Amino acid sequence: MAYLDHAATTPMLAEALDAYVAAAREVGNASSLHAPGRRARRLVEESRERVAAALGARPSEVIFTGGGTESDNLAIKGMFWARRAADPRRTRVVASAVEHHAVLDAVQWLADHEGAEMTWLPVDGFGRVDIAALEAALDEYGDEVALVTTMWANNEVGTLQPVTGVARLAAERGIPYHTDAIQAVGQVPVDFAALGCAALTVTGHKLGGPVGVGALLLGREVACMPLLHGGGQERDVRSGTLDVPGIVAFAAAVEISTKGQPEYAARVAALRDELVDRVRAAVPDAIYNGDRDDRLPGNAHFSFPGCQGDALLLLLDVAGIACSTGSACSAGVAQPSHVVLAMGADEARARSTLRFTLGHTSTAAELDELVAALPGAVERARRAGAIKSARS
Amino acid sequence: MSGGVDSAVAAARAVDAGHDVTGVHLALARNPQAYRSGARGCCTLEDARDARRAADVIGIPYYVWDLADEFHAGVVADFVAEYAAGRTPNPCLRCNEKIKFAAVLDRALALGFEAVVTGHHARLEPAGRLRRSVDLAKDQSYVLGVLTATQLRHSLFPLGGSTKAEVRAEAARRGLAVAEKPDSHDICFIADGDTQAFLRRRLGDAPGDIVDGDGTVLGRHAGAYGYTVGQRRGLRLDRPAPDGRPRYVLSITPVSNTVTVGPAAALDVSTVYGDRPVWTAPDAVDCEVQLRAHGPTVPAEVRVTAGALTARLHRPARGVAAGQAIVAYQPDPAGDLVLGSATITATAG
Ligand SMILES: Cc1ncc(COP(=O)(O)O)c(C=O)c1O
Repeated sequence: MAYLDHAATTPMLAEALDAYVAAAREVGNASSLHAPGRRARRLVEESRERVAAALGARPSEVIFTGGGTESDNLAIKGMFWARRAADPRRTRVVASAVEHHAVLDAVQWLADHEGAEMTWLPVDGFGRVDIAALEAALDEYGDEVALVTTMWANNEVGTLQPVTGVARLAAERGIPYHTDAIQAVGQVPVDFAALGCAALTVTGHKLGGPVGVGALLLGREVACMPLLHGGGQERDVRSGTLDVPGIVAFAAAVEISTKGQPEYAARVAALRDELVDRVRAAVPDAIYNGDRDDRLPGNAHFSFPGCQGDALLLLLDVAGIACSTGSACSAGVAQPSHVVLAMGADEARARSTLRFTLGHTSTAAELDELVAALPGAVERARRAGAIKSARS
Repeated sequence: MSGGVDSAVAAARAVDAGHDVTGVHLALARNPQAYRSGARGCCTLEDARDARRAADVIGIPYYVWDLADEFHAGVVADFVAEYAAGRTPNPCLRCNEKIKFAAVLDRALALGFEAVVTGHHARLEPAGRLRRSVDLAKDQSYVLGVLTATQLRHSLFPLGGSTKAEVRAEAARRGLAVAEKPDSHDICFIADGDTQAFLRRRLGDAPGDIVDGDGTVLGRHAGAYGYTVGQRRGLRLDRPAPDGRPRYVLSITPVSNTVTVGPAAALDVSTVYGDRPVWTAPDAVDCEVQLRAHGPTVPAEVRVTAGALTARLHRPARGVAAGQAIVAYQPDPAGDLVLGSATITATAG
């Protein structure tokens, strides 16, 4: 068994799991005033401080949420509503074309239901946001822009984004900037204050914490309307009884993964480079997508000409290797990757991709398994691909 | 795995038989939205979920294969074109011929699989001979008669020896939630079940005359494609027939855009011509032929020559429509044996 899909979700760190179990044994609602409630509240606030310290934020800027999708939706819709309420001209959302669906679909929803205007920023052949296009858009639309959102690192091709440049352009014009840093935290240095953005998304299950818990870092001065109404537990921006065990485990994972980030990145990038070399040796015409250097340490992303990614996935799955293609719709139908399409590839190439992502449990033995199975899988997928193209 | 009970049990039996099985659900709708809205038919999100759940329970991998383009070209467009040409197609048969045992099978073989397993109710002997299911009410050998020896060699139908009731009971025993799911009867790509409206949307209005055997105009129609040989209802003729007896559609002539009607007796045919035969028996045989899905069989003498089939019926048959299949069977207490099939092109009285 080779688990090469850490970007989808990575195993929980032992410390995070232990912290989770310990907290889950205790009773106490963090909003209750009695002793058990105070104990729960203390765990939450300590966790908030740990997350803040690890990510360069103030504790009051940490809003715990139910994960990355919620944080992205909260930032985009909440900031859009707040900005428009303050000035009705501000209805434009500027976003990159390679965002995760949690961002893409939230922006699209605003366009479909709230009359938002959209500007999708193009990317270069590596999937990197075009800063000149951003500057032009901000110059053109100036006062109309409600917010800018671009991810820190792309989840498919692993390309690191020019977030510093985006943050500077937005800050110069007083426009709030949100970045989805889900794939970046623990992989590359992430500092909220140093970047100077308005909001930043992080989620637990990509860095060794549990699924279903994450945070939105939200600058103290940034106005954001809530998505969830209720008890107002999190700065009145997010309601819902706090998930104490989840938050404690999340904070442990954030702390450990950011502290250990330099050693982790060096080790995993070396393993990743080995993977890339061995895959290329095994399948010489494989195309390595994304930037060779400026990318997430654990990410390797290929196109295999003549193959369909979903056929390769099936064959590797049968051989005990877990990896991923671009994305599938809710019915499970493979879709051409919108990221690879935005990078200028044709549909065939966008359907022929496979992503291998390494993480804290990865070993060289897993690479052995991959390169043992890959050439045969590619050959078969190519035969199947030839049938498909002959018929259509 | 359609998400229904038959394919789920077929997959489970294939696993029990020692095969290394992967579950495949076919995405056949071109517009992914149809997955959400299509409440009926075999292409809904719910069906995909049911299929996945069944695969989980059986313990096999599950994948969705997108064959929407192939399905559209090979089945949906063919369905519309056949009606436009005055024929009556059978889309399930076409789907077997072009999709399940062609596009899917070819892809599977290329990927290293050896066979396609389906939940069809028919018996397939190891030697490749196809027989009716033990459950005659559910028998699907008619829509499998188009399969060539090569296709059958790479097929497995594990349900042919069981009745539908047995299959449902087994599904329940295996903990498959689809055990009680109702059978699908509709054409899967016509979600609302309204074939006439479906055809009208694609072929438009094409008004023409309804005539009798002498060419006398008895009424008007909005599109000849809306009629099937043998049809009686919905003719809305202006004049009753002289004998006061009901009138039936005898033929459809796209060139003149006319629908010809006549008395029931005129529906009788004694010779059936077919093309594109798939044939496994001697060139001339006495056998039974079935002329539509779930129709009765009639005794006949069938002759097959290069590219054509002629069946002389020993007893007249009624309502035989071009475009349907003629499937020949050799009666057998161990299950009627499929000798072959062809697409009906013409009939004679
Ligand atoms: C870049 C990015 N954004 C958002 C998400 C969604 O986060 P979550 O799974 O926590 O809802 C993911 C992962 O699935 C991601 O990779």
